[in-house]
Amino acid sequence: MSTLRVIKEKCAGCGICVKVCPVSAITMVEKKAVINLDKCTLCGACISACKFDAIVREKEEKARRQDVSAYKGVWVFAEQREGKIAPVVYELLAKARQLADDLGTYVGAVFLGYNIKETAKELIWRGTDKVFLVEDEKLVNYVAESYSRTIIHLVNKYKPEIFLAGATSCGRSLVSRIAVKLYTGLTADCTGLDIDRERRILIQTRPAFGGNIMAQIISPDFRPQMATVRHKVMPEAKADRSRQGEIITEKVEKSLVESAVEFLRFVKEEGSGVNLAEADIIVSGGRGLGKPENFSLIRELAEVLGGAVGASRAAVDAGWIPYSHQVGQTGRTVCPKIYIACGISGQIQHLVGMQSSKIIVAINKDPDAPIFKVASYGLVGDLFKIIPVLIKNLKEAGIK
Amino acid sequence: MRIIVSIKQVPDTTEVRVDPETNTLIREGVESIINPFDMYAIEEAVRLKEKHGAETIVITMGPPQAESALREALALGIDKAIHITDRAFAGSDTWATSYILAQAVKKIGEYDLIICGKQASDGDTAQVGPGMAAHLDLPQIAYVKKIEEISQEKKMIVAERLVEDGFETLKAPLPCLITVVKEINEPRLPSLRGKMRAKKAEIVKWNKDAIGVEEDKIGLRGSPTQVVKIFTPPQKKGGEIWQGEPEELGARLAKELKKYL
Repeated sequence: MSTLRVIKEKCAGCGICVKVCPVSAITMVEKKAVINLDKCTLCGACISACKFDAIVREKEEKARRQDVSAYKGVWVFAEQREGKIAPVVYELLAKARQLADDLGTYVGAVFLGYNIKETAKELIWRGTDKVFLVEDEKLVNYVAESYSRTIIHLVNKYKPEIFLAGATSCGRSLVSRIAVKLYTGLTADCTGLDIDRERRILIQTRPAFGGNIMAQIISPDFRPQMATVRHKVMPEAKADRSRQGEIITEKVEKSLVESAVEFLRFVKEEGSGVNLAEADIIVSGGRGLGKPENFSLIRELAEVLGGAVGASRAAVDAGWIPYSHQVGQTGRTVCPKIYIACGISGQIQHLVGMQSSKIIVAINKDPDAPIFKVASYGLVGDLFKIIPVLIKNLKEAGIK
Repeated sequence: MRIIVSIKQVPDTTEVRVDPETNTLIREGVESIINPFDMYAIEEAVRLKEKHGAETIVITMGPPQAESALREALALGIDKAIHITDRAFAGSDTWATSYILAQAVKKIGEYDLIICGKQASDGDTAQVGPGMAAHLDLPQIAYVKKIEEISQEKKMIVAERLVEDGFETLKAPLPCLITVVKEINEPRLPSLRGKMRAKKAEIVKWNKDAIGVEEDKIGLRGSPTQVVKIFTPPQKKGGEIWQGEPEELGARLAKELKKYL
């Protein structure tokens, strides 16, 4: 059984490990750390926090090893809806290209759907060497069962060493299933991916605890190394129409694409031109708006900026705007280039959902509002007076 | 109908603070709670029970202290609680965790529906629910915002799932696994009677032998992923604070934003 051990000679009795332990498993006894292994979950927070390298994990051989050298290529799941490729795919392709070049291998894209062959070229223009195309009426919409079975078949056949998908509602639920069936490692919602050239493995960096900590994760003995990638963190691959690549049309058994689950319909949300996950700019409103009608001001600003509309939990719970707009712990995590928080005080639950945005603007009349602690630009004042001036100035400057 | 709810006890992230001197996360004294998304899973199970009649069972994998999360679920109206706990489970990643939970579900035997929260607020992976479905070879519907119809007789469920740009409606056979988002319901508070009952209730405990797991598929040893490093990102520093007349602030912001557009 794996365990953690304190090297008594190295322990300085500083007590940092006691503070960082999420399950209160560490106590100080005679100025030395003692770990209660009945409570410990082996999360490793204490190992990383200890300044004296006094806590070690008793290493144990992994139970199962694969012949990792048999696996080549960096694959991307090319998610599509109604034949249109999801923008996150282009972000994945730029990253995949870089990882593949580091490893000296090819970029593959798995493209499932129906009547999508023409669109496959777009993947090549954006850096794919080999598109693995599967077309079937049954694959026209994403259904976890048929998609996962088809992709597992392809992975077993071609053995890619890395497999990336967008951290979307489709990508996340799909690859969780695939990784379990393949018995391989999967890291969710990565914001950083790099190659350790010496070991030829993928180093995956991801936020946890709502972005309060970052974890680096590897899966050295299992292939493919799988990860989902957060939107808008990595730059998009640009299209080069002269780029050449191969489209490999795969015929698969009917049994793979059959599913007991039936896709009945998709209903697009009305009135939101841009969805939150893909938006470069998000304008969010909170309790400070006072009443639902005032969201029109937020919508107007979002429209002028070509952005999406977000909201705090308070505004959603008050019924002013649908839940799908909620940003924060129990809503969506977003990472736009510009996030404008209007009348949002900035409770920690909201901050964890938006604090990785590149530029944060806060407009609030309370100078002590916590939102100002994370804001790149904090405007203290009445949003009902500031925003109309802002809109007017943006329009005059010819934005939109 | 029999419904299984799978929950996780997590530290209340809203209480987590960062020590400015050492730049480490202070988790000491932070309260443990039921993962916020799991509260919607519990509520949905209780509502289905009230509407259709069902036996509801809550399960969790975790150290001894996770028992309090199970008691809270009982107080909210769940009928029975099973605590899957063993030191050998420590260090399990999402692969191993979903395997262990799936083994426990198999031991429960017959069931119609498994409900999980969309993701846990500490790990934020959203992988364990679909992972369980894969281990159990069950159909899955993730991010459910509404159950339109569920019928034990017809052995099917119709549910709406939230996606980035709208929602999808899917029909799946039972048994099925769903993960739920906040929009699905509004969780109730525990009743006094519920609290009393939960206090006295007996909680079933299953260790690794009870659920018959293969030793090399659990814990750190059975987990394909390894955490190599945990670090605290540099704290976001506040930028400029502007005060003044609204006309001036609005114009200045427009000018500033143009730089990035």
